[in-house]
Amino acid sequence: MSGHHHGEDGVSRRKVLECMTWAGTGVLWTITGGVPRSLGIIDSAEAATAAAAGMTFLQISDSHVGFDKPANPNALGTLEEAINKINAMPVKPSFMIHTGDITHLSKAAEFDNADRIISQSKLDVHYVPGEHDFLDEEVKFYRERYGRGTKGAGWYSFDAGGVHFVGLVNVVDLKGGGLGNLGAEQLAWLEDDLRGKSKSTPVVLFAHIPLWTVYPEWGWGTEDGGRALEYVKGFGSVTVLNGHIHQVMQKVEGNVTFHTARSTAFPQPAPGTAASPGPMKVEDAKLRTMLGVASINFKQNEQRLAIIDTPLQG
Amino acid sequence: MKTLNRRDFGVDFGLTLAAAILLPITTARADDTNMEVHIDNFVFQPPELTIKVGTTVTWTNRDDIPHTVVSAGKFRSKTLDTDDKFSFTFTNAGDYKYFCSLHPHMTGMIKVE
Ligand SMILES: [Cu+2]
Repeated sequence: MSGHHHGEDGVSRRKVLECMTWAGTGVLWTITGGVPRSLGIIDSAEAATAAAAGMTFLQISDSHVGFDKPANPNALGTLEEAINKINAMPVKPSFMIHTGDITHLSKAAEFDNADRIISQSKLDVHYVPGEHDFLDEEVKFYRERYGRGTKGAGWYSFDAGGVHFVGLVNVVDLKGGGLGNLGAEQLAWLEDDLRGKSKSTPVVLFAHIPLWTVYPEWGWGTEDGGRALEYVKGFGSVTVLNGHIHQVMQKVEGNVTFHTARSTAFPQPAPGTAASPGPMKVEDAKLRTMLGVASINFKQNEQRLAIIDTPLQG
Repeated sequence: MKTLNRRDFGVDFGLTLAAAILLPITTARADDTNMEVHIDNFVFQPPELTIKVGTTVTWTNRDDIPHTVVSAGKFRSKTLDTDDKFSFTFTNAGDYKYFCSLHPHMTGMIKVE
């Protein structure tokens, strides 16, 4: 979608500057006793309480560093705004995950800029790539920076706070139909990675494109995502986190909770409500309400995952 | 053959006018050796194009999101950012199916006669 939405009455310099000040943050999650619970924001009293009771981690997504079109002429600025919000949190999360599209065009300078801003959080960050991070000819920038110790195109797992985290890559080798793709090698690795894990171990899967079918007409789903979900079927608590669609979407299916985080860069339309999934230009006053962060809290003895997302401005 | 990008007009007012003016210009003539495909709203336009051997087709990405133009084993563009172009000259007859490797639901076809 091009910038022609700006066209009706033109865009004043002041309005452009306003555009540049809004930002998204992430999702703060807290883990208590194995069940992830997302908290809204970052400066809420609830976040502090939840964090006191368990481990918290943050999710941010879709920073699109390098994007400079009218939907947000300064994606780096809004990322920095998000990181500033994170730094102002009353309780420091244990770590952060980034669910991809760190950059817009996979340029070295874009990765440098993203690193410079995100590292200001002083948090460990676990990344998975989005399709925008694999655009360099040799597909090496992402892997050189974030791929150490990972398998294949960048998948890996780790344990934290009694929870098993698995970062998956579904942006490689996309096939006709337009959906994300995990591939046989990664699925075999995942099955093996989960084998022998106690079924009471909480599992968090995270990937860029939704593992569940959100809207196949726009490629919002993963062709073989169902295979991955089969492997986690027997587990008591499964949380699936993703980015890619730049809006909050959530569903609970049995023991599996699916959750999509906002972008820190620009919103995208709800499924089917526009000619394409391209960047959505909204009224400047509304923009900050469409970007945000998420927090996650794993709570002891609570089987239900409650997710509260917090926009930058609400 | 140079077609006018709607960006050349800056804003909406030009779009309808531009379309009206452009139609006769962009209509293929039998001796055309240069043809254009635009990407707008995640769609290749026109989605199917019939050309003669020796014709060069130029794709222009007019979206705010990068796209690619890939025909397996035949041609592959670099990532096209907004307003970037990719050209390929067809020297053999046949049907060339192509797609965007980032958004594979985007497909197109060049028929070379
Ligand atoms: Cu594309």
